[in-house]
Amino acid sequence: MNEALHELFEKLPDYLGGHLLLAVPAIIGGVLLSVPLGILAHRNATLRGPLMTVASLAQTIPSIALLAIMVAVLGGTIGYRPAFIALLVYSMLPILRNTLTGLQGVDPAMTEAARGVGMTARQTLWQVQLPLALPVILAGIRTATVWVVGITTLSTPVGAPSLGNYIFSGLQLRDWPQVYFGCFFAMALTLVLDRAVRLLEIAATRRRRGPAWFAVAILAIVLAGGLAPALLSAFDSLRSTRSAPGRSAGTSLPPTDPAKRLVGRDYTIGAKGFTEQAILGEWLSQVLEDRGAETKVLGNMGSTILFDALRNDSIDLYIDYTGTIWTTVMKRDKPIRRVPMFVDVAGHLRNEFGILCVGRLGFENTYCLAMRRQQADRLGIRQIGDLPPHLARMTLAGDPEFFGRPEWIRVRDRYNLDGVKTQGMDATFMYQAVRDDQVDLISGFSTDGRLAAYDLTLLEDPEQAFPPYDAIILLSPAASRDSALVRTLLPLLNQIDGDTMRRANLLVDVEGRRISEAARFLLEDPPKDPER
Amino acid sequence: MPPDPDTPALRLRDVSKSYDGGQSFAVQKLDLNVPRGELVALLGGSGCGKTTTLKMINRLIDPTSGHIEVDGRDVLASDPIALRRSIGYVFQGVGLFPHLTVGQNVGITPQLVGWESDRIENRVETLLDMVHLPPAEFRDRKPTELSGGQQQRVGFARALAAEPSLILLDEAFGALDPITRDSLQQEFLEIQRQLGFTAVLVTHDMTEALLLADRIVVMEEGGIVQVGTPHELLARPATDYVERLVATPRHQAGRVEELLARAES
Repeated sequence: MNEALHELFEKLPDYLGGHLLLAVPAIIGGVLLSVPLGILAHRNATLRGPLMTVASLAQTIPSIALLAIMVAVLGGTIGYRPAFIALLVYSMLPILRNTLTGLQGVDPAMTEAARGVGMTARQTLWQVQLPLALPVILAGIRTATVWVVGITTLSTPVGAPSLGNYIFSGLQLRDWPQVYFGCFFAMALTLVLDRAVRLLEIAATRRRRGPAWFAVAILAIVLAGGLAPALLSAFDSLRSTRSAPGRSAGTSLPPTDPAKRLVGRDYTIGAKGFTEQAILGEWLSQVLEDRGAETKVLGNMGSTILFDALRNDSIDLYIDYTGTIWTTVMKRDKPIRRVPMFVDVAGHLRNEFGILCVGRLGFENTYCLAMRRQQADRLGIRQIGDLPPHLARMTLAGDPEFFGRPEWIRVRDRYNLDGVKTQGMDATFMYQAVRDDQVDLISGFSTDGRLAAYDLTLLEDPEQAFPPYDAIILLSPAASRDSALVRTLLPLLNQIDGDTMRRANLLVDVEGRRISEAARFLLEDPPKDPER
Repeated sequence: MPPDPDTPALRLRDVSKSYDGGQSFAVQKLDLNVPRGELVALLGGSGCGKTTTLKMINRLIDPTSGHIEVDGRDVLASDPIALRRSIGYVFQGVGLFPHLTVGQNVGITPQLVGWESDRIENRVETLLDMVHLPPAEFRDRKPTELSGGQQQRVGFARALAAEPSLILLDEAFGALDPITRDSLQQEFLEIQRQLGFTAVLVTHDMTEALLLADRIVVMEEGGIVQVGTPHELLARPATDYVERLVATPRHQAGRVEELLARAES
């Protein structure tokens, strides 16, 4: 526990710094954009309606979607920029609305008095209207601060590190302390920044300077504390680039030394938001680092965001699944058999995007039907086709979404499974439900560690009615030209079968081990015969 | 450039204001001359056009037609900002800026005109003394910490700050309690006599007009009904309306005396 906590604290400078680096400039940018726009909206009645409508509409886009949309808008760029722009959009509305409300709330007698004593329109704005509207404007900035600091946690799936990394990673691993840890710091940061703006508000309302200085001091401390590590590491990397000549002498070792063929190279590895992907990302990282490369793993990324990022050379490599590319990228509806699909997917990616599909890892992570081994043996059931005679007395549990998916419809029709009673259930509970005899069958994922842990039998699918989801290594167009990288990856092909992957997942999901341990398990597990 | 002493401080010729393109008039064909140093009251009920007339003088409202001169200068041809800085204005309901101190409020127009800060400070002290608000005690306070009467004193000081030769007052005493109003009216009169500026005072209170003004301009429905000294108005009211107006203070005084007599007997 202590060690785990230590590990969490170790990442804090990076995540907290990343969080601040996103949230604070987004709020400041929101102020710089929205206050002038609010003034414009106040003065220009024709502009007011459209401006407020656009701002309100932008605000109603669900935040996680807006972040993903920004990746697409920027042509697949991931990381800081799309996250920053989305957060900026979010910070704008409350400030814009309150600037307008604040200005509209200024007593007309005050503006007339301002004109009467001889102020120009500009002087009236700066000396009377804005000071009098300031408390309301600051209240808007407070709202924006709370929103933005909270929403910044959602920047993890677009590849910008933040305190959200703790939360996403914790949720995925069902590691609650990690989730609480991330939440705690996100909440604390929100409260501190909110307090700081509140002090500015008090200073503005009571028209005193003291609280304003106090607020500025708080902001300065938070920023310095949060950004110092980021700045230090930037400084460090600057120095190490400068000392690079010494190192490049080392890299110019004959490239024929396979053990060190990646020295001096940098790779960014992507991973989606579930355990298996985190393990595989870490596994790739260890493989490449063993050859001397520097790597960075961007975990918990959205699936389509990852693909766009790869296409755009924002990341260098990641593991995807043939069935996913088949439906989401190639937009095919009818699945084909496993090997032809792999060939089609690889060809399509190469021709359309310049993406290199290095090959298959060996296992599939597809939908599957599973039941207790004991019950299967007793009834003599080995494959899905053996089910129909027993269906009248059976209940099948699955993700509520599963029973609406084309995969299920195909399997049901192919094997005549019409008679089975279905029950929607969250994935977290269905493995336990079938283990404890509450249901007879579940629709799971074929590499889920709990299949092995709970002694469940995976029913064979001889008709291949479930579409194939072969795990494949994909390289970005730029990385495709990196022959040293490709040569490093080739030996990995066909090295992980379904059972090995299940056991790795089991280590994390059931036994609570760390991702790095599961990755090491994949590395150390001796090569096996390929599945096919 | 001291203007010719014979030039009226303020001159309105044929001034009209319509808000609906000439269908109806808030002020219609108004003619008025105000000699230097005179205190004129614009008197009438609500909607008679007295406030509109006042605001056209410093162009808070622009007239639809007509001609206005301040010290011989054509108001409509001059820069409205510079014009307003050269004319003092006391607002209905005071109109002090709540985010500024008393001193900053008083010094606002000199600051806008670009006086040096020493000069502004001296001027603020002089004026606060003049309106009986000791600067040491009041200069750094906020308007909200002051009583209504004190606020209006600050309002006077602010109007006088940039040494204007013309002061406009819009119902300046209207919101005050009777005792404060009475003493403030007398103080204002003393200051006006002492500094010798020209003043136009908008009011609906005949007593106030009779007690303060050198001349009274009675207005009704956007036009002038009668112009005269308090004495002339009392002696020869031009219309029934004026007669009823000047009769009110007498009626009231009469009734108060009756009450006193009854109480004594």
